[in-house]
Formats: sequence, structure tokens, C-alpha cells
Amino acid sequence: MSWPLYEVFVRGKRGLNHVHVGSLHAADDESALHSARDLYTRRNEGVSIWVVRSAHITASSPDEKDPFFAPSGDKVYRHPTFYSIPDDVPHI
Amino acid sequence: MGPDDDTLAADGHWAFGTGFSDPLSGLPMPPAGADLAALCLALGDDALIMSHRLQEWCTRAPELEDEVALANIALDLLGQARLLLARTGRDEDELAFRRGAGEFRNVRLAEVPNGDFAHLVVRLLVFSTWRLALLTRLRDSDDEALAAIAAKGVKEVAYHRGYAARWTIRLGDGTAHSHERTRQALAAVWPLVDQLFAADGNPRSPDPADLREEFDAVVGHVLAEATLTIPETAAETAAERASRDEHTGALAVLLEEMQSVARALPGATW
Amino acid sequence: MSTFEEVIAADRRIEPRDAMPDAYRATMVRQIAQHAHSEIIGMQPEGYWITRAPSLRRKAILLAKVQDEAGHGLYLYAAAETLGVDRAELAERLIDGRQKYSSIFNYPTLGYADVGVIGWLVDGAAICNQVPLCRSSYGPYARAMIRVCKEESFHQRQGYELLMTMMRGTAAQRELVQESVDRWWWPSLMMFGPPDGDSPNTARSMAWKIKRHTNDELRQRFVDMTVPQAGRLGVTLPDPELRWNAERGHHDFGTPDWDELKRVIQGDGPCNAERVEHRRRAHEDGAWVREAATAHAAKAARAAEAAEAARAARAAEAGRSTKEEVA
Repeated sequence: MSWPLYEVFVRGKRGLNHVHVGSLHAADDESALHSARDLYTRRNEGVSIWVVRSAHITASSPDEKDPFFAPSGDKVYRHPTFYSIPDDVPHI
Repeated sequence: MGPDDDTLAADGHWAFGTGFSDPLSGLPMPPAGADLAALCLALGDDALIMSHRLQEWCTRAPELEDEVALANIALDLLGQARLLLARTGRDEDELAFRRGAGEFRNVRLAEVPNGDFAHLVVRLLVFSTWRLALLTRLRDSDDEALAAIAAKGVKEVAYHRGYAARWTIRLGDGTAHSHERTRQALAAVWPLVDQLFAADGNPRSPDPADLREEFDAVVGHVLAEATLTIPETAAETAAERASRDEHTGALAVLLEEMQSVARALPGATW
Repeated sequence: MSTFEEVIAADRRIEPRDAMPDAYRATMVRQIAQHAHSEIIGMQPEGYWITRAPSLRRKAILLAKVQDEAGHGLYLYAAAETLGVDRAELAERLIDGRQKYSSIFNYPTLGYADVGVIGWLVDGAAICNQVPLCRSSYGPYARAMIRVCKEESFHQRQGYELLMTMMRGTAAQRELVQESVDRWWWPSLMMFGPPDGDSPNTARSMAWKIKRHTNDELRQRFVDMTVPQAGRLGVTLPDPELRWNAERGHHDFGTPDWDELKRVIQGDGPCNAERVEHRRRAHEDGAWVREAATAHAAKAARAAEAAEAARAARAAEAGRSTKEEVA
């Protein structure tokens, strides 16, 4: 037995459309939305998420934006430029 | 990568997202007084030890989606621990890796060993409901650095509490089996609650009675949704009397693992 | 309407609902699933060190990295699911041994230097393998790989940075780095698979554009990239035959122990049983949790339906009384 599949759409920044970024499994819409946030916006990408199961669309509400998206803002170690590697080391 | 068209580095955009914020940048950091240092140490130790218990879940979550969510929560708490330990004015790694169990100031709720997934979510519900109430009040601290750390933590812990509440409701109001497991988890965790609200004599600590009121309301609401009730415990438990420098044996075991590499190589740089 | 062959010939992407040969579908399911399994099993050797990391900064880095691997496994399972298989089914195939994962994760991690060396060599080799997969002919796989590659770039850098820091540390730390490099070098070379002459499916995979370079080409590229990095780091790669060949414009290097690779793939590596058993236990321990969420969702759906029916009934009732009043 597995949870139903959801498709995830993320609006990367204001002014852009929601774009399909991938899928996940969730038991219900609410869990799907939160898992989508954890999974597809780990690097601070995205200001809004839609999750869709069959014909249903659920979007995060604007007033949840802060706790929803803020936590990944300081995870600089996720980004390769955080690591100082001398310029003379090739191919990294 | 090689110089051919397989190269992704060429566009200079290796990872998604930019724009990081250091909550402490530009803030005045006068030396912490004894009360401020004690408060930051306690809050930092809570986050560090709770994060450790979440890290132990890594590769063991019931679904991949939860694997990612639990790691996010562990990372948030680790980040809070680092900022708070730094605010004590001492080195974060000295504090994390060179103290014995008796010098840690975390609550017992954070240190007791992991149980099943129900234990994880009930403990996280209690921990984050309490911590959110605490951090919400510390946003108004007259120490600007602590206020900034608390403001950042409020956003994170609100999210943790939501995760724990959702799972508590799903497990409590799921199957008969999950209900029973969650009831048992609650019975195991509840005796550790009173210590969270014991007065610590620190004038910088928010009023425990005020915190408790918010805590009872939120947890009561979640448990009602989860078709669970608060267990009856003896009025005066050992945990309630315990101060933050009295620990269970579990903390020493935890630290032995956490400090093993750091202690094995004296003088090493990491 | 283009045929499968025309799409491949034009170097365009095959999408889930396109017609495709059964063998192409089966090959893609197997390749993507094995890749996903590798990400998930690959969390274990490094995951062990998260609670033991020697500084809080290293702890945060390692936790974020291992978390990424869970996410990457998830992206890849989702890509496989577009071909009509279910993730739960793939998890079963991993647990009962019907599907494989990268042999590299059947080697043990013995110390924190291994975290650095895995980042540098294992992730370095993985990146060599994966970057061409961003142009795989199967669209969902190619898109998942673009995301994976972007996120994984930090994995190799954090490993190399850790090793540089250790090499600047104590003599004991330098020894640990060298010892770890000695253990991981040959298994890393084996990550590219058997030599071309012993890789029967390569030709067809190249024709279908699900593989863009042969195993030996990628292995050579990895060696050429890694040798100067090793020099800069100050470690020795454990291969006496390793030297620059000016004529070829590439490094010559020794032959990996292909019998060892076969043994590890067939399940006889140092940690095969442990890795799969760990996965099986996590999967089984989580069963009651997954069931509870499903049961709760069903209850909530029924409650919502009942509420909707009651609301509709009230509205109908109200409508009737209004009509009666009017009448």
C-alpha cells in the first residue's frame, strides 16, 4: 500500500508562473503541501507551491508565507560557493 | 567538469536560490552578562540535544517525504543551537564537544532516547509548542542579538509544531493500532513536561506560568483533534524537581557518541 | 506525430505518454530505479557520521548532504513512476534483492576522513556519470538529473574542503586522509561499471541515447580530473601505474580488480546484507505509520463528504420552504 501521488508546482519568484518541479507521495492534500515545501524549496527556491492530485489543486495561502518559506534562507552550506576552494584546484 | 557541453557550471548557477540572511549581521554583540549567557546556553543546549535525537532518525523515517522533513527540523534546531551558543560568548565547538554531561543545561525532554515514530512526534509536539511560546516572548528581549535569534526561531519552530501536530492528529485519529501507540508515547513523554515550566530564577526567562497557559491550550487542542487525552501523572514527579543540571543517564551515552570523533583527535582542525 | 525512432534521431526527449519499445521502458525503469536505490542506500555510510561529526559546522553540512540524497532518491523514484511503476513496488524490489544499487555503498565508512573522501571521489565519480544523464533521451529522467546535478555540486566541494582542512591539521589527520584515499580509490573507479568490452548493453543504450559515453570514457575523464586535485591536496593515489601519457593526452592507470566488482555486485561485498537489512527494517517499521495516515485521510474525506451532503440537504430544504412560502 502506498500514499497517492501528487504533482508539485512551484512559483520560483514573483512575476513567474508556477512550474512543475516533480512529484511526491502523501496521504492527503495538507501533508502533500508540506512535504512539497520540505522537498522542493530546501534551497529557498519558490514563493508559492501548488500540489495537485487528480483534478484537485491546492495552493499555499499567502499569509502562511513566512513560516512556510523562511527557514531555508540561512542554509548557506547547501550552496557550493560556500566552500572556499583555491582557484588552482581544477574541476571542482 | 570538462570543457564540453555537459558542463552545468558554465552558467554560473550551480544551485538553486540565493540571498541568505545572517540574523546577527550588523547587530550589536556586547559581552553577554551571566543571566543572558545562562539563558542562551540553556536554549542552545535544548536545540542541540533535540537536534541530535532527530539526527538519529536519519535513514529510518517511515517515508522519504518524512526523511526530508525530519532532516529540515534537525537542521533548523542545529542552526538555532549554533547561534545561541555563540551568543554566550564561548566557542560553539568547545561547548558542544568539550563539556561533560553535568555541564549541559538541556531539559530531560530533549535527551531521553528515541522510541517509535509516535514517540518522535509527541515529543516534538511538546518540545516545539513549549519552545515556540518561549521564543515568541524572547523576540522582545532587550538584547538585540537574542531577539533576532528568537525571531528567526519562531518561524522555524512554528513549522516544526505544525509538522508534529499534523502527525499527532493522523496517528491519534488513524487506526486503532496507531492510536494506542500514540497514547503510550504520550504517557511516556508527559512526565517530562513539568520540568519545562519550572522556575529557573533567571530574570531574563519568560514567566513559566504564562508559557504554561499557552502550552496547555495548544496541546489540548491538538490532542482533542487526535482523540487523545492528557495522561494523569502524579502531582510531583522526579522530573519536575529536577533542575537543568540534573540529567538522565541517556545524556552521557548521547554525548559519548556525539563527542567521539572530536575527542579522539586532540588538536585536530575540522 | 513523430515515431520513437524519429524523436531519438532528432535528439529530442521521449515523454511518459509517448509510444516506446518495451525494452526501452524496461531499461529506463531499471536504470532510474537503481539510481534511486543508490541515493537511498548511499545515505547510510555517511549518515552514520552525522551524530559523530567533530564540529557543529561539519554536522550541519553532512546532515544537509544526506538529506539531499533522500530528496534525490525521491526525485528519481518519481521519474521512474512516470513509466508506470509504483514507488512501493520499487522499494520491495530493492529490499528483496531483485534490483541493485551502486556497489560503492557496500564498502564501510571507518572514520570521518571517509566523509571527505566520499565527497571528493565518490561524488566526483557520480557527477562524471550524472552530468551526461542530464541529456538522457527520457525527459523525466533528464529533468530529475538536472536538479540532482545542481544540488550535488556542493557535495563534492564540501568533501574536498574537509580534506584540505584535515591535511592542514595534525599529522594524525593527514594519515587518516591518506588511509581513506587508499581504501576508496579503486572502488571509485569501479563506479563506472565493467570495462567496455564486458558491458554488453552499452551499444544499445548509446543508440537509445540513455547513455552518452562509455564506461571507459567516463572512467578516463574521472582519472584525468582527479589526479591534479590529489596533487594539490597532497595525497598519493594508490596506483603505481598511474602516470601522464603525453601521446594520448590522458593519464594511464592500472586495472581495477574486476572480480571484486563482480563479487560486490552479486551481494558479497563487505556491507551488502547490512545495508539492505537496514532499509528493510525502516520500511517495515514505518508500515503502521503509513497505514495510519491513509486511515485518517479516509476518515477526513468521509467527514467532508457527510458535511457536504448535510449542507446540500439543508440548502434543498431551505429552497423548498422558500417555494412553499411563495406559494
